[in-house]
Amino acid sequence: MLEVRALSKRFGGLQASDRIDLEILSGETHAIIGPNGAGKTTLIGQLAGDLRPDDGAIRFMDRDVTRLDAPSRSRLGLARSFQITSIFREMSALDNAALAVQAHRGSSFRFWRPARAERALREPAQKALASVGLGARGDVAAANLAHGEQRQLEIAMALATEPRLLLLDEPVAGMGLDESQRMIRFLATLKGPVTIVLVEHDMDAVFTLADRISVMVYGRIIATGTPAEVRGNAEVRRAYLGEDAC
Amino acid sequence: MTADRRRAVTLAAGGVLLALVPPIAALTDQPFYLDLFRRMMIFAIAAVSLDLILGYGGMVSFGHAAYLGIGAYAVGIPAYHGITNGFLQLGLAVAASALVALVIGAISLRTSGVYFIMITLAFAQMLYYLGISLETYGGDNGMRLAARSRFVGPIDLAQPTTFYYLVLAILVLLLVAGRRLVASRFGMVIRAAKANEPRARAIGFSTARYKLTAFVIAGATAGLAGALLANQTEYLTPDFMHWTRSGEIMFMVILGGMGSLFGPVLGAVALLLLEDVLSALTAHWQIILGPILILVVLFAKRGLFGLLAGARVD
Amino acid sequence: MSWALVLEQTLNGLQFGVMLFLMAAGLTLVFGIMNLVNLAHGSLYMVGAYLAAAFAHWSGSFVLGVALALPATLLVGIAVEVTALRTLYERDHLDQVLATFGLILFFNELISIIWGRAAIYTSVPTILGGHFRILPGVPYPTYRAGIIVVGVLVSVLLWGLVTRTRLGMRIRAGASNRTMVSALGVNVRLLYTLVFGLGAALAGLAGAMAGPIYAVQPGMGEAILIQVFVVIVIGGIGSIRGAMVGAIVVGMADTLGRAFLKPMLATVISPPAADKAGPALASMLIYLLMAAVLFFRPEGLFPARSRS
Repeated sequence: MLEVRALSKRFGGLQASDRIDLEILSGETHAIIGPNGAGKTTLIGQLAGDLRPDDGAIRFMDRDVTRLDAPSRSRLGLARSFQITSIFREMSALDNAALAVQAHRGSSFRFWRPARAERALREPAQKALASVGLGARGDVAAANLAHGEQRQLEIAMALATEPRLLLLDEPVAGMGLDESQRMIRFLATLKGPVTIVLVEHDMDAVFTLADRISVMVYGRIIATGTPAEVRGNAEVRRAYLGEDAC
Repeated sequence: MTADRRRAVTLAAGGVLLALVPPIAALTDQPFYLDLFRRMMIFAIAAVSLDLILGYGGMVSFGHAAYLGIGAYAVGIPAYHGITNGFLQLGLAVAASALVALVIGAISLRTSGVYFIMITLAFAQMLYYLGISLETYGGDNGMRLAARSRFVGPIDLAQPTTFYYLVLAILVLLLVAGRRLVASRFGMVIRAAKANEPRARAIGFSTARYKLTAFVIAGATAGLAGALLANQTEYLTPDFMHWTRSGEIMFMVILGGMGSLFGPVLGAVALLLLEDVLSALTAHWQIILGPILILVVLFAKRGLFGLLAGARVD
Repeated sequence: MSWALVLEQTLNGLQFGVMLFLMAAGLTLVFGIMNLVNLAHGSLYMVGAYLAAAFAHWSGSFVLGVALALPATLLVGIAVEVTALRTLYERDHLDQVLATFGLILFFNELISIIWGRAAIYTSVPTILGGHFRILPGVPYPTYRAGIIVVGVLVSVLLWGLVTRTRLGMRIRAGASNRTMVSALGVNVRLLYTLVFGLGAALAGLAGAMAGPIYAVQPGMGEAILIQVFVVIVIGGIGSIRGAMVGAIVVGMADTLGRAFLKPMLATVISPPAADKAGPALASMLIYLLMAAVLFFRPEGLFPARSRS
């Protein structure tokens, strides 16, 4: 599904991505973990299309997408959520989701019909909201949603684009225990039909959801494997898990 | 009264008032008012077009007056050469403005923020200097309009009242079309790009092409206003394109209430009225206007329409 | 088209570039550090010109006039910053543009109330009058050469300030990462006022020196301001080096274009056509240049910030 080869990116003196090789299999849920500063955000940026790598290639569904910009990748089926909640704050939750639907259905060079009247946009949007638990909150302005609800909206928007691959950047960041449990349970229901790449610090989420885990340190992937394999990996222990309570 | 109701009443009142100006002017024998309000409506058209990209699209274009100038010269230059067909001139005004907006927009929209403001300003000034260098057409001093645009049948711009209602009709049509536009799919993309461009791109919108389209539409509409302005003043100068004019139009949008389409109409009326009143008080009226503008920016961002019609229009 | 003429116009281009640099340096610092779009920067230039003319008239000495105009403009700048601009730092660019536009109207009108709308002419001081020989047979106005010298001196001083002093270090840090600077405990308010004052003084110097060669009249600031914007866009916001390069490029392009584009065109197209196209193209030249630079580098040639 997603193949990364020798991906490298430098910022001045810092090698944020150092010849990264990564393969994400179709249908799996793959977590990327690592200490702060390991380069996870830079990696996500390059996968999503916000950052251009200096070297290397990214293939998505057998297409070379290294040079494609973010909107194009989204239209190919690569959806992402942001680490710091990024939504259309002045618009209602339903509008937010409807926009995500609109980007993938038909042309937006329509100048006359009100978008809000289009069933073809509203219904899938409502479904996406309902699936993350925001079904009753469609008319609320996004800015007025609780923080956890806004994170849910992020996911709803990503889902509304009917993606093949979901790139989640710390989906439970900043959530309380109950909320994050709910989110984890929800994400678990997505497993299978949607391939998920998950960057997370929350080990609960990681070990519950991930089929495989890759560990990043200083811009390199030092280990990839099943949760059990990664747990047992000495190098990983030393570099990362040893510093954090498991 | 609900917000929607208040808005509807305000709009209806405004429309009726505007429609009544010619008969009232005739009754009170003050043709000056007909002229004044017509001028206000022409600038309102320009201001509404700017609101599309500024209020809804978040593009701070400080060179919008350039299209007024292009539209004006699209009437003036053919007229100079004996071509007075109004349809042709209007068509040229819209086409030329659209083309220039396409070029300027394509370059400027590669940037954002402060760069974008400065670049649009610089390009508009470039056109101003270009206008000055057109010696044949008056250069620095500008030129008188050789003849007003000719249309068919009863639409004779030499008739002040007919001209007035033509402008009013165009303004009303523009507002109707504009409201549909901002609520349409296209409008939603523009608004999303303003609200959070990275997000809009992440869900799959190549925002650049939509913004450029909006930019062109706005430019073309301002060009139409320019063509009307040439007929209004019967004199055209490169000053139409001066960047301080762009500033004025922008102020009309802010003063009236940006992001509402109707607000700028109010803003155009208010600003031109204010200038009229102040200049009667003193030749140095700008020293009063300047601080007024600063105060509006600092304290009254919602604009007049926000005050009159209540909650912000969405 | 003699070589003497080319040399003379090149030096004129350099002199114009110097003026642009003095304006651009202040403006780009203010953009870069305070993220403030200040359209009224041209007004400070105008204030400098008028004050220099007034002090020169009062004291009888041109040099004294300039010397007094500098601190006076600095004070005006600081006054404007403290009263009107402080509230704008937090606002978005649109608000800043509009508010400073209001300031322009105010200043232009204030000047025309005090000094009238007609242009006032100051004459070149006798010590700097006349020409001198750069090369045999090539006279060049001493005054313009003086401007170039002053400009180079100021550039060197500015360079020293920015690269070798503590203040300069804070300025550079602020230009590339504003939030960090305040997080590190630097007195940001004072820094902002100092930076703005510095910019005002530079603009005032440019205005004061401009008196004898350009017309001193209300609105003179705006004409040069647009060109300063072009300089900054080409050079990159927040960067003194960019301002320097941009100023030279724009100064040269504009001056040489106006002088030589028409005759150059006349060699390829008919003289009457060149007569029309030449000046038109010359006036558009720097904007076309700006467009070209932006096409390849939307952030300018030497942007100070890696991330905005």
